[in-house]
Amino acid sequence: MTRRGRLRLFLLAALVLAAGYAVACLDLPPFGGDRHPYGDRAVHAALARRTANAVASVNFDQRAMDTLGEETILFAAVLGAVVLLRRTAGEARTEPEPARVSAGVRRLGLALLPVALLVGLYVVAHGNVTPGGGFQGGVVVATALHLLYVAADYRALERIRPVSRYELGDAAGEFAYTMTGVCTALAGPAFLANVLPLGTFRALASAGTVVLLNAAVGMEVACGVVVLLATFLDQAVEIADAPGGPRSADGAPEEEPT
Amino acid sequence: MTDVLVAVALLLVAAAATAAVVNRDPARQAFVLSFLGLSLALLFTYVQAPDVALSQLAVGSALTPLMILLTVRKVTRGSAGGPARTAGPGRRPDRGTARDRRPRRGERR
Amino acid sequence: MSVLPYLVAGWIFLVGLYGLVTSRDLIHAVGCLAVTQSSTYVLLLAVGYRRGGTAPVFADAPAGARVVDPVVQALTLTDIVVGATVTALLLALVVQLRKRHGTVDPDRLSELRG
Repeated sequence: MTRRGRLRLFLLAALVLAAGYAVACLDLPPFGGDRHPYGDRAVHAALARRTANAVASVNFDQRAMDTLGEETILFAAVLGAVVLLRRTAGEARTEPEPARVSAGVRRLGLALLPVALLVGLYVVAHGNVTPGGGFQGGVVVATALHLLYVAADYRALERIRPVSRYELGDAAGEFAYTMTGVCTALAGPAFLANVLPLGTFRALASAGTVVLLNAAVGMEVACGVVVLLATFLDQAVEIADAPGGPRSADGAPEEEPT
Repeated sequence: MTDVLVAVALLLVAAAATAAVVNRDPARQAFVLSFLGLSLALLFTYVQAPDVALSQLAVGSALTPLMILLTVRKVTRGSAGGPARTAGPGRRPDRGTARDRRPRRGERR
Repeated sequence: MSVLPYLVAGWIFLVGLYGLVTSRDLIHAVGCLAVTQSSTYVLLLAVGYRRGGTAPVFADAPAGARVVDPVVQALTLTDIVVGATVTALLLALVVQLRKRHGTVDPDRLSELRG
């Protein structure tokens, strides 16, 4: 099918979809309406389990099984990217040369690094009380580490980031989440039920298993994102075709694509 | 008042999304995606969703554009037949071709 | 105003799909997919909004305060992070395609050997 034919077919389908969707929108409850039956019940359940952050309660307490599924998707995506971007036969690892970084950038980056790391860990730890949690805090921690790449250079980053340890941390986070579920299944009513003492409302130690699951997800997301960025940086900065051109899997030189 | 803010944020998001699609060069698109992430975080804050805004800010303005830029570098670098000569993190541009200084297979630096 | 957010979500979805269909560069296509994903976030949060409500976090609000819907926020926030890692997986596939076939143009890819 030609490009123009594809575009015309898409425009026709988009027109039909847009018309149907616009008609359906008029029948939806108006924006800002008052009727949220699931929301009211979820808030009621969160307050009953003394979790100040109702979103964290929904994620890690009422629907903790779905979060296990999401976390597994993340784990599988990181695993897939690592396998796809590994160094194959026919590629060589070259040493990157350091670039000149201005003193102001270097000072600012190195000053911000511990602050950003602390903020990320704070966001993970306070997920059951204030807005935050494992997912948000994990990404903040992972990107905070890469301030070192911006402020210094790639070799400094490699020193604080032994990739195999982070791969281990990723797997440990996933394992901890599942193990918590198995333990609650053995100890109490169901897989991932909230069996720990619920503590005081609005305190750091409240809401039972939400704290543990938050920490597990935070570790998994942080280590997973670091591993992901490490594989991409490796490919972009270090790995290149070896002299002689790309080779196929059995070592024979491939012919150039026309 | 909040209605006006939400409406403005919605239109900003729609404009940023259109700009992200219309920019065909992936390197430029990465920056527009970063701006889209920022406007989405703003919209989520106005709709009283701080958790979601935190998530979107960290991911949409830093993570996705960074990975797109690294992919662009890897893809264009491969087509030049060797490491790129342009200055970037980790490369100095004025010391001859890097291909001459690369260690051959089995040779130590 | 009562249907503007839903229409904006629909617009973003169609714009992202248009970019996917007419893209000449796979990396650009992955970026358009990210745009399409963000339309679902806008729709979900628009459904959950309550006028006069505040964030569903009771750290400083009294326990009976009027809040917006936390269920859709829970759905959206995990989706954002997971969507980004799936985007990373797609970009890794694009890098592999470039290594194996030498091009990232989707039209040229269908002409090469399978």
